[in-house]
Amino acid sequence: MKARTLSRHFRESFKSLVRNGWMTFASVSAVTVTLLLVGVFTALMLNMNKAADDIENDVEMNVYVELEADEQAVSTLEQEIERLTGVESVDYSTKEEELSGLIDSFGEEMALFEQNNPLRDKFVVKAVDPRQTERLASQIGTLESTHSVEYGEGKIDRLFSILEVSRNVGAVLIFGLLFTAMFLISNTIKITIVARRTEIEIMKLVGASNWFVRIPFILEGIWLGIIGSILPIAAVSMIYYNVYEYMEPRLENSFIQILEFSPFIYQINALILLMGVVIGVWGSFMSVRKFLRV
Amino acid sequence: MIQMNEVYKKYPNGIMAANGFDVKIQSGEFVYVVGPSGAGKSTFIKMIYREEKPTKGNIMVNGIDIAKLKSKRVPYLRRNIGVVFQDFKLLNKLTVYENIAFALEVIEEQPKVIKQRVMEVLDLVGLKHKARMMPDELSGGEQQRVSIARSIANSPKVMIADEPTGNLDPETSWEIMNLFEEINSRGTTIIMATHNREIVNTIRHRVIAIENGVIVRDEQRGDYGYES
Repeated sequence: MKARTLSRHFRESFKSLVRNGWMTFASVSAVTVTLLLVGVFTALMLNMNKAADDIENDVEMNVYVELEADEQAVSTLEQEIERLTGVESVDYSTKEEELSGLIDSFGEEMALFEQNNPLRDKFVVKAVDPRQTERLASQIGTLESTHSVEYGEGKIDRLFSILEVSRNVGAVLIFGLLFTAMFLISNTIKITIVARRTEIEIMKLVGASNWFVRIPFILEGIWLGIIGSILPIAAVSMIYYNVYEYMEPRLENSFIQILEFSPFIYQINALILLMGVVIGVWGSFMSVRKFLRV
Repeated sequence: MIQMNEVYKKYPNGIMAANGFDVKIQSGEFVYVVGPSGAGKSTFIKMIYREEKPTKGNIMVNGIDIAKLKSKRVPYLRRNIGVVFQDFKLLNKLTVYENIAFALEVIEEQPKVIKQRVMEVLDLVGLKHKARMMPDELSGGEQQRVSIARSIANSPKVMIADEPTGNLDPETSWEIMNLFEEINSRGTTIIMATHNREIVNTIRHRVIAIENGVIVRDEQRGDYGYES
């Protein structure tokens, strides 16, 4: 396309924004509200996902070794566990190490047990996919020299299904909101088109190509989307900054972490802007289509 | 130049506006299309510039079957056809000059060519001195002349006029007809739908009469033929 034509399209799209001031205002506000909700939801959802991942990754099982197993049997067991599919890591700790861990956390009274250590040697096993924990646990349970396997039986499944549902609910909500914004932009563009009906009719009559007619409206949609995303970007950044400042020190020692302010805030802002542009383009595309069918 | 073979047009509401049009128009001809309202005159004319698509049959314009033309290609067909309407269809917020330039801008013509061409056609229709005026400052006849200037700005081979004198008083109508004669004498084919019996009977040309979607009469140097 020639530069002259392109600059004409830009001029026309801006003119239309100004000429249809109130409609512009209405759809920009609609996009603003939608993107604000979408932005907050997305930030919330991504952090929930992060928390879910953190929880999932924290799932591990303790494999206790039979008391009578000798060194030979222990290393055979270790090899057997490592050979199972889906095992990420196997860490061995002797009952002496276990006990000194207990003494560290519960105090010297625990030293009483040094005479007759009631603990067992154990392996701490982690699955590559935390959902495979249950399967692995039952496999390991059948191995020779395994006394017992401990993991949060039952609770893990519940946790996983709750996380799954919350992810889906969030996704549905976001799609619903985006659809609404698209509909509103498409209506705005439709009204600006009606205002320029004669102009388009003449353009079509003298042989302007379809893209020539379409591009100014698509640009207009893009501007609506971009203008509409300014406020949400500012608001989401500010809210997240404060939440991050508040939460970060409080979660310092927890295995759950909130997403880092940067780069997360840039990613989510880019996402908001992109969504603004996409709904703008799509909305105008939908409404111009009908008028081009001459 | 323009040829219709067995052309049928049925509208979604069931009306048959074209019931087997079979007609051939040579390059450079001047043709009146007459007939009662709702007989199919407009459909006949609209099918030539693909405002309407025939249900059946083919329409050859400059060797291309426009009934089968992809809608993407329609703009390029239109660049060879100038269209004039009863209601002028001018943009009221643009000057006379800009109205004509607009038609050339949207087909991405060079600015230099646009300037030159706009002055040429304004000269032809005799409105060079009113180039800076707005359409609503002009009389009806002048507005129609602007719309004619716009339609011939990109030198189309065919000009289509749908009741061009319908909104004008008799004297102005004659001026417009003189302009059409002038354009026709330069080699442009003109197809004009009209109800104006006086014009058809005075400036004699080929007459195609349409009734109920059928061409009932096609005469070289014919007359209007209906009692008004």
